[in-house]
Amino acid sequence: MAVHPNDGFVATRLTALANWVRKNSLWPMPFGTACCGIELMALGASKHDVARFGAEVFRFSPRQCDLMIVAGRVVMKMLPVLQRIWLQMPEPKWCICMGACASSGGVFDTYAVVQGIDRFLPVDIYVPGCPPRPEQLIQSIIDLQERIQREGTIGGPSLADEPSSDRMPQLVNHLPIVSPSPARTG
Amino acid sequence: MPHDVTLAKLGERFPDVGLAPSEFRDNRRIVCPRERLFDVLAFLQSDCGFDMLADLTAVDYLEYPDARDRFGVVYALAATVANERLYVKVMLNEPDLDLPSAVPLWKGADWLEREIYDMFGIRFVGHPDLRRILMPQEFAAFPLRKDYPLRGHGERHNFPVLTREES
Repeated sequence: MAVHPNDGFVATRLTALANWVRKNSLWPMPFGTACCGIELMALGASKHDVARFGAEVFRFSPRQCDLMIVAGRVVMKMLPVLQRIWLQMPEPKWCICMGACASSGGVFDTYAVVQGIDRFLPVDIYVPGCPPRPEQLIQSIIDLQERIQREGTIGGPSLADEPSSDRMPQLVNHLPIVSPSPARTG
Repeated sequence: MPHDVTLAKLGERFPDVGLAPSEFRDNRRIVCPRERLFDVLAFLQSDCGFDMLADLTAVDYLEYPDARDRFGVVYALAATVANERLYVKVMLNEPDLDLPSAVPLWKGADWLEREIYDMFGIRFVGHPDLRRILMPQEFAAFPLRKDYPLRGHGERHNFPVLTREES
């Protein structure tokens, strides 16, 4: 990335710019099925305020979302619903698997409970805990943002197959899109 | 004692049916043969004041000590005016697992009978809509039977796998 403050423009790669825009405007799909869903609500409420990280726009229509947060256990009757919602979400999209139940079935090792949604869905970030604190979920969103910046592709799948940090140039978080005024740059 | 009155009425109306009344820690119980179950339930509702079906559930006695029958279906009745409760039990054995539906007597039996059908495979003849209520419709087993393994027969893993490339 080349910054030309005096000429009023920056030069960057389109992928890096798209990743930077996308990662700071994640629209979560709240798939809350159990107590993890309560923590997910706390994440969006005033105390933890996920708006600080640009992911506050919870949408209940999967067609408006790009981040599915699976919060809670998924039973075999619910899994086709989950898969359908995932397919209805437009690309690029990501999935956070929140809590022990969604990640592994948790303590519910019974005939009805799916033992980890990653058996049937692509999962990008796992959050441990039973249920996880909202701070952990915030960290997972930050981690996902870093992954999107590092591995995101503009035309292909949401994330590159192999994590590689040198494939795309890193974009600093405080990138000045608009050229600063001469007074501020000194 | 309203319970004595109820037992006397039952003995008078069904003298040929051995209802085997018993009592344990204030729980009053009778065991009813399946052939007369609907008549007994209808009589309890119409003549003995049992206007509420508080619960309806089933037990699998497979490998239970000293058990002679496979299944027991338990009707928990309540008389809201006389404040009386009564448990009516009926024993069932395979392969004949049919019972008369209690929906004509108590509307609340609808979902309870569907749950018993879903979990134990006991069919209620005359039920208006006897479908599974908890498990998916295509589920093939009855998971609360004792011979069904806790982790199932792999039904929970029988789904298509969505990958990042095709979704």
